[in-house]
Amino acid sequence: MKKNAPEQPKLDLPPIEEGKGSASPYVATFIIMLGVWCLLSGRFDAFHLGLGVLSSALVSYFSADLLFSGPLTGRTLRMAFGFLGYLPWLLYQIMLAALHLLYLSFHPRMLELIDPQVIRFRSRLKSDVAQVTFANSITLTPGTITIYVNFHRDFSVHAIDRFSGEGLPGEMERRIARAFGEE
Amino acid sequence: MVIAVIVVVCLVAGLIFFAGGTLGLLRFPDFYTRLHPAGKLDTSGALLVLLGLAVYQLFPLTLGSVLTGLKLMLIVVFIFLASPTATHAIVDAGFRAGLESWKKGDPRR
Repeated sequence: MKKNAPEQPKLDLPPIEEGKGSASPYVATFIIMLGVWCLLSGRFDAFHLGLGVLSSALVSYFSADLLFSGPLTGRTLRMAFGFLGYLPWLLYQIMLAALHLLYLSFHPRMLELIDPQVIRFRSRLKSDVAQVTFANSITLTPGTITIYVNFHRDFSVHAIDRFSGEGLPGEMERRIARAFGEE
Repeated sequence: MVIAVIVVVCLVAGLIFFAGGTLGLLRFPDFYTRLHPAGKLDTSGALLVLLGLAVYQLFPLTLGSVLTGLKLMLIVVFIFLASPTATHAIVDAGFRAGLESWKKGDPRR
């Protein structure tokens, strides 16, 4: 007897694109893997480099689709550079807010200062990468932790006091949208 | 000399962050608030300490020392990826299990 499954909500999933035989994800994965190999091995004779080339080729053959889900375009490159440009601002924010949390944890009357609350908002970021970056950036900025993100881009964030949570989504979302070319 | 000052400042600041993280872990009132210092002051502390170490071993400048510095920075990258993800997973587990959040005025737990 088969039970009637509850009706699934309609989701506008993007169609899954099978690999169209584009070589660019493999090449890019190979280059990244070889770079990490050189960094970690630190030996540049023929034997070690040969092993590196061999294993990078194997890894990129098996798992290029993990790193890049589609063929590489100019957009991917722009996103990578946009992300690099976003990092310094993120580091600055992390340090700023870490100091705030440091102040809280050393404060003698800390219990009067904190006021935990859960903030809910809907993000306008579209791509998965942008949403993951946003969620992890929120968690990295002290005072706020992302609890969950559902399919409809609803974010739940645990903030330690009013001060930490009031900036969300705000500037961080704007910067990520710009970095990933969603504006 | 300048290098030594930078290294010491980085290491001491990192240690202060670690100390603050540990103190916050002990002092904050409940599960969720404790995760704030545990997950994040530790991340910033690790960044500063590893940055200090990377600068410390960078001189004299050789290929080997540059590679070692890059490896240390690679550790920072992985910590920055793993730490928020793990923190998020723990908080999510707490919410799914139905643990109530601490409200202002409640006793510490």
